[in-house]
Amino acid sequence: MPISLLWAVDVHGRVYSLSTAGQQWDQCRNAQMEFKRVTAAQQCCWGIACDNSIYLNVHASDLPVRYQEETYENQRWNPVDGFSERLLPSDRWQWSDVSGLQHQPLDGFQLPSSSWEWEGDWFVDENFEGEPTEREGWTYAIDFPANYTKDKKWNSCVRRRHWLRYRRYKAMDMWAKIPSQQTTLPDPFNDISCGGWDISEEPRGRLSLWAVSLQGKVWFREGIYHHNPEGWSWEEVALPGEVVQISCGPGDLVWAVLWEGQFIVREGIGRDCPKGSSWTMVDSPSPDAGAIHVTVGANVVWAVTKDNKVWFRRGVNSHNPCGSGWIHMVGEMLMVNVGLNDQVWGISSEDRAVYFRQGVTPSELSGKTWKTISVPREGERSHSSASSLQSAGCFFTGEVRAPSVTSEAESDPDRALTEGPGLVCSVAPESLVDATTNPSDLPLDTPKPRIPKVTSDSFISELVSDREPGKISKEAQPPPASVPEEEAVPSEESLTEVVLSPSPHSGAPSSQWSNVDLEEGQAPQIQSSLVAESADTCSLSSVVTYTLAMEDPYTNDEHPLWAWVSAGACNVDCHSQLNWFNCSLNTSSLLQSVQSMSLSVTPAQTAAWRKQIFEQLNERTKREIDNFRHYEQAVEQSVWVKKGTMQWWRDWKPHKWIDVQFALEQFSGPDGNKDGILFIYYNLYEEKKYLHAFINEVTILVPVLNDSKHTFAVYTPERTKQRWPIRLAAATELEMHDWLALLSVSCCDSRGIHGAPSKQAIWSITCKGDIFMSEPSPALEAVPYPTPCDQMFWRQVGGHLRTVECNSVGIVWGIGYDHTAWAYTGGYGGGFLQGLASSTDNIYTQTDVKSVFIYENQRWNPVTGYTSRGLPTDRYMWSDASGLHECTKTNTKPPSPQWTWVSDWAIDYSVSGGTDKEGWQYAADFPASYHGYKTMKDFVRRRRWARKCKLTTTGPWQEIPPIPLSDVSILPCAAQSSVEVVPLWAISNKGDVLCRLGVTALTPAGSSWLHVGTDQPFKSVSIGAVSQVWAIARDGSAFYRGAVSSENPAGDSWYHIPSPAKQKLKQVSVGRTSVYAVDENGNLWYRQSVAPSYPQGSFWEHISNNVRKVSVGPLDQVWIIADKVQGSHSLSCGTVCHRLGVQPTEPKGHTWDYGIGGGWDHITVRGNAMDPPRFRMPPLTNSSFSANRSPETVRSTEVNGNAMGC
Amino acid sequence: MADDKDVLRDVWYGRIPACFTLHQDEVTEREAEPYYLLLPRVSYLTLVTDKVKKHFLKVMRAEDVEEMWFEYEGTPLKWHYPIGVLFDLHGSNSILPWSITVHFKNFPERDLLHCLSNSVIEAHFMSSIKEADALKHKSQVVNDMQKKDHKQLWMGLQNDKFDQFWAINRKLMEYSTEDGGFRYIPFRIYQTTGERPFIQKLFRPLSAEGAVHTLGDLLREMYPAAVPQEGEEKRLLVVIHGIEPLLETPVQWLSEHLSHPDNFLHICVVPTPSD
Repeated sequence: MPISLLWAVDVHGRVYSLSTAGQQWDQCRNAQMEFKRVTAAQQCCWGIACDNSIYLNVHASDLPVRYQEETYENQRWNPVDGFSERLLPSDRWQWSDVSGLQHQPLDGFQLPSSSWEWEGDWFVDENFEGEPTEREGWTYAIDFPANYTKDKKWNSCVRRRHWLRYRRYKAMDMWAKIPSQQTTLPDPFNDISCGGWDISEEPRGRLSLWAVSLQGKVWFREGIYHHNPEGWSWEEVALPGEVVQISCGPGDLVWAVLWEGQFIVREGIGRDCPKGSSWTMVDSPSPDAGAIHVTVGANVVWAVTKDNKVWFRRGVNSHNPCGSGWIHMVGEMLMVNVGLNDQVWGISSEDRAVYFRQGVTPSELSGKTWKTISVPREGERSHSSASSLQSAGCFFTGEVRAPSVTSEAESDPDRALTEGPGLVCSVAPESLVDATTNPSDLPLDTPKPRIPKVTSDSFISELVSDREPGKISKEAQPPPASVPEEEAVPSEESLTEVVLSPSPHSGAPSSQWSNVDLEEGQAPQIQSSLVAESADTCSLSSVVTYTLAMEDPYTNDEHPLWAWVSAGACNVDCHSQLNWFNCSLNTSSLLQSVQSMSLSVTPAQTAAWRKQIFEQLNERTKREIDNFRHYEQAVEQSVWVKKGTMQWWRDWKPHKWIDVQFALEQFSGPDGNKDGILFIYYNLYEEKKYLHAFINEVTILVPVLNDSKHTFAVYTPERTKQRWPIRLAAATELEMHDWLALLSVSCCDSRGIHGAPSKQAIWSITCKGDIFMSEPSPALEAVPYPTPCDQMFWRQVGGHLRTVECNSVGIVWGIGYDHTAWAYTGGYGGGFLQGLASSTDNIYTQTDVKSVFIYENQRWNPVTGYTSRGLPTDRYMWSDASGLHECTKTNTKPPSPQWTWVSDWAIDYSVSGGTDKEGWQYAADFPASYHGYKTMKDFVRRRRWARKCKLTTTGPWQEIPPIPLSDVSILPCAAQSSVEVVPLWAISNKGDVLCRLGVTALTPAGSSWLHVGTDQPFKSVSIGAVSQVWAIARDGSAFYRGAVSSENPAGDSWYHIPSPAKQKLKQVSVGRTSVYAVDENGNLWYRQSVAPSYPQGSFWEHISNNVRKVSVGPLDQVWIIADKVQGSHSLSCGTVCHRLGVQPTEPKGHTWDYGIGGGWDHITVRGNAMDPPRFRMPPLTNSSFSANRSPETVRSTEVNGNAMGC
Repeated sequence: MADDKDVLRDVWYGRIPACFTLHQDEVTEREAEPYYLLLPRVSYLTLVTDKVKKHFLKVMRAEDVEEMWFEYEGTPLKWHYPIGVLFDLHGSNSILPWSITVHFKNFPERDLLHCLSNSVIEAHFMSSIKEADALKHKSQVVNDMQKKDHKQLWMGLQNDKFDQFWAINRKLMEYSTEDGGFRYIPFRIYQTTGERPFIQKLFRPLSAEGAVHTLGDLLREMYPAAVPQEGEEKRLLVVIHGIEPLLETPVQWLSEHLSHPDNFLHICVVPTPSD
């Protein structure tokens, strides 16, 4: 699971976060203000500060938040001026929106808040529906409004062009105030809750934000999504009473607590109406004590009553948001908060500690016990923690100074030493020197940091210093005169932050903190090397406005006291391993060092001691065994047989599963390698028969997708030609995995293959998401006699992916069905391949989520309109996409027993062709092309339902958070390459083009993303051996990226490449020099005349049809996934094929060689940079290959017996 | 770079060429040919010498035959130590093949345990595994195993089936990443001299501060003389499976990869050869 954060506010108003991988609360360093409450989502955190305003902290990510402003310039032709700005009186504005109704001059666009900046100036969009336009970007039409074309015709009377300008959200990772609204300013806010991100995924990053004002009114923030994180405006929501608190879940649940202690539940929340429509009342669980707090998740509601009792609401789901009854839970809490996966946190009324509800699972949503989170806060371990040192170092830039403090610090060096011994002894000498010299060098008129003034509030009464009383009395000296009285309580961190990120403070007038509540305060002036000291002093001097009561109940507490917790960003579930519990200071440091140990596995691989052991073991073998091999072995080797029962999909018609005896006989081959034979014993007409396969001839063992049986297929070269594997089904999943692991080890043993794959390995993925790799033989790319493709041996590695890409220095990336990016760790095995078939290191848990779709079909009849009563000839009213199989909500199972449902059925609106508000698509009849609106001619309609399922497995993959990807490409290096930093390009699942920095053979995951600007979303990218980057946009056109080099990894600009006539491209792959692309109709295209001086090439040449995907390698070798391949027994869909005859002089090759399939989805050969051995042969015709490899691609639509069931 | 799994295979398939000769005093009717055999380092002498016994019984009078035992240059060889340990401890300076003298008389009751059947070896082997797991996992893993798993471990050793053995043994080598290693490292340090047969104490894979303990740390605590002081000449060799791992090698790794099938890390400390 990716690392995520739990947010909390302590009673002093300081904001902390706790990482799911961490063991301490980290203080939010840039909160210049105390906060009352926070509410977190994964991409941002909202909070109410003590000025009662709402602040937003958008987490920095490699994907910038960019908003595209656009407007149209309209012109009309007249005989005098030609095209000019002079329009007819009846025409639209000269500058308008796309409809022409809104007047939109360029200078009318303003930045919405100081958190934004313009990325550049306005420019003309020269791309029109996937085609480049003339230089000026004009499109022509007969009149407004009409259809525009990019060509000027004789009757073109008007023209327009599209202007674009991007603005960028710059206030990342800082608390930026949401500008108050000029009109209808709500009274101060009291509570806030965000959620709703699961209601619909479009637009991206959409959030519902609900707020409660002090007067008990409820407000809904409109228009929050990724490109507009601040939202547009507050909308008041009508209420039946006065609300004190509100909670919004990730889905459609919203509950609020009324002043009188009852609840109101929002109904009617949906995709088109995130605000909901009406309230329903629910009574407090206890007649004596009204409710004070409520929190909701996806399917749960928890509440707290005035007597601090905790209640769980039974029977809540999106159909019944009110639930059915209350259950009293153990524990007394001040507040509870439901996070992701319906996990629950609370703050105990007894000790104000944060508790986690253990044992919350989808089947047991109320969980088992409360467990206290006992991790220290940052800085609590000792004063010498790394962070305080860092801030110490930064502090020395010393913008401000105060002689009085200096003298105090200097006059008392002993105390400094006793209080912060760690600090003093671990500060590097240089920094000490800096500390004493730097500040005096600085000009006196450096801008002073602004520190927010804290207004009085009931909350502030809790904001007392947590200094120990002894210390306070000791330091309770008159504050320095230079410190004004209204100084707030700047904690150490807020002060250091002032210096850490000087940009907002460095006198820029656009500081997001400049508002009425902020007063420019003169900061306490420090000139001291002792940071802890100075921080102490200044906070001391600043707390004088509050009574520093010695009897304060919180002063002496050892553990932090929490006021609020928000888990909306915290992605844990019942399987997560958290290190948050029972974590004393010592053990936590132990754990940390253990973590660092396990992370440093890679260096250990190359450690001297390991090398020594390998070398000495080799020497030992030479010394003790090699000369004595003729000696008799003390223990004789024997044949080892493993038997079992299975079902076999019999080879003759009618095909069906029959019970068979299954046996593997293993023995040592003459060369010492182990070998074996596989036997399948069956009965035919009362007669015992058997089928066998030699283990050393097996080319692959493939788990097969089957929703009820645990099946796998065994291929040999012969069976690959037939497209008819041996299909077997085991009784249980465990049994199948045992067999697969054993057979897999036997196959590897018989071929002498052990350990991790080589860097040259070819990787492929089946439609089931299983990952296979094959070691290329040196002759695989030989001309004219390459190793036949059907003889390649494939072995499985653990994990579940949709796409995998590699290069020849061993960097391998994968993308899951849920678009998560994964980097290969160098291990092998995982999944069911355990024990000897798996490396011990480098195996991690991997999860994947995908959706299962079913269709609801209806037919119109004149009496009742659309109903689920079809004609007798119609498809099932609930079916799969083809309509051939009945798929109801209840009978549809997850794709295989490995998957479990993680959501309920929901209408899917993201269907191509569009849908209406209820998700329906209309057509004249089944099956036909569907559209998202009803016309007179439509008699049938359908809608798609989706349900998410999840798989958890293990494999040699580590997640690369946080950006989900849809495509990735790694520069294919030559065999002996000295490239250190390897260029890697990717497309995010939203279509952004990204460039990964810091990718090397040792750090395959790289360090950060560089965003490459585009004017439209992209879907495919590929980088060639000399950094030539090609990409495909969502509209099907191709682009070439200019000037990409190691110095300029992101290049400078896109060059539009028209797609082949009337075709929309979908995928591109670039090898050493060759550029190949596949279009949506399965055609493979080769880019002609690509040369270093003319990298864009001249035109697309058609190579083949029947192609789903292409991978071009560093030798310019071409491999594809073919759509359909006919074998002697059956037909396979999704087959690995190899282009034969590819040579430098003939990069297009001539025929296909057919490899493993069907059911293959993806292949990458970009790791194989091994130059084939060269034969000096007279040129041959390809007859030797095409003769015995007759199968031609077929265009038949009939599909039967495809192994993977797809 | 080779994989750690290869170490397991190398350890398992370690062999010592041996030449068995009948003791001169016991030669009776006719001269017995020496018998040559490749002995598995990880097995036990009495478990793999059926062929030797059969060979020499042919020349023995039945009434002269008592329990078979072995001796190398006057030292009786303890069958309950793994063969590799015996060789590293006593025979590593000898030229190969290792010449072992076979006796059928005068069983040295003071030095050797009786071993009248394989079940005695099995009991010894299984008790070692259990003791090791008590140290590693408070016996949790071995107690969770079924009887057939125990049998598979033994049969794997007896029949020299690496896969069969490791299919079960891997469970004994597991530990949670949180702990960073076993509870204690099961080890024994053998020396040729000294009254105690071997040193065995509690030793953790990680220090209290979480630092990784190395072979050097282990020896400094258990056998300081085996770690040469600064500038001092190396007098003693530290041998595991016939090799000398560097003192920087983490003990946890050693325990996982260089333990014998009985799950103990057997470390031999022998004098540096004088030549």
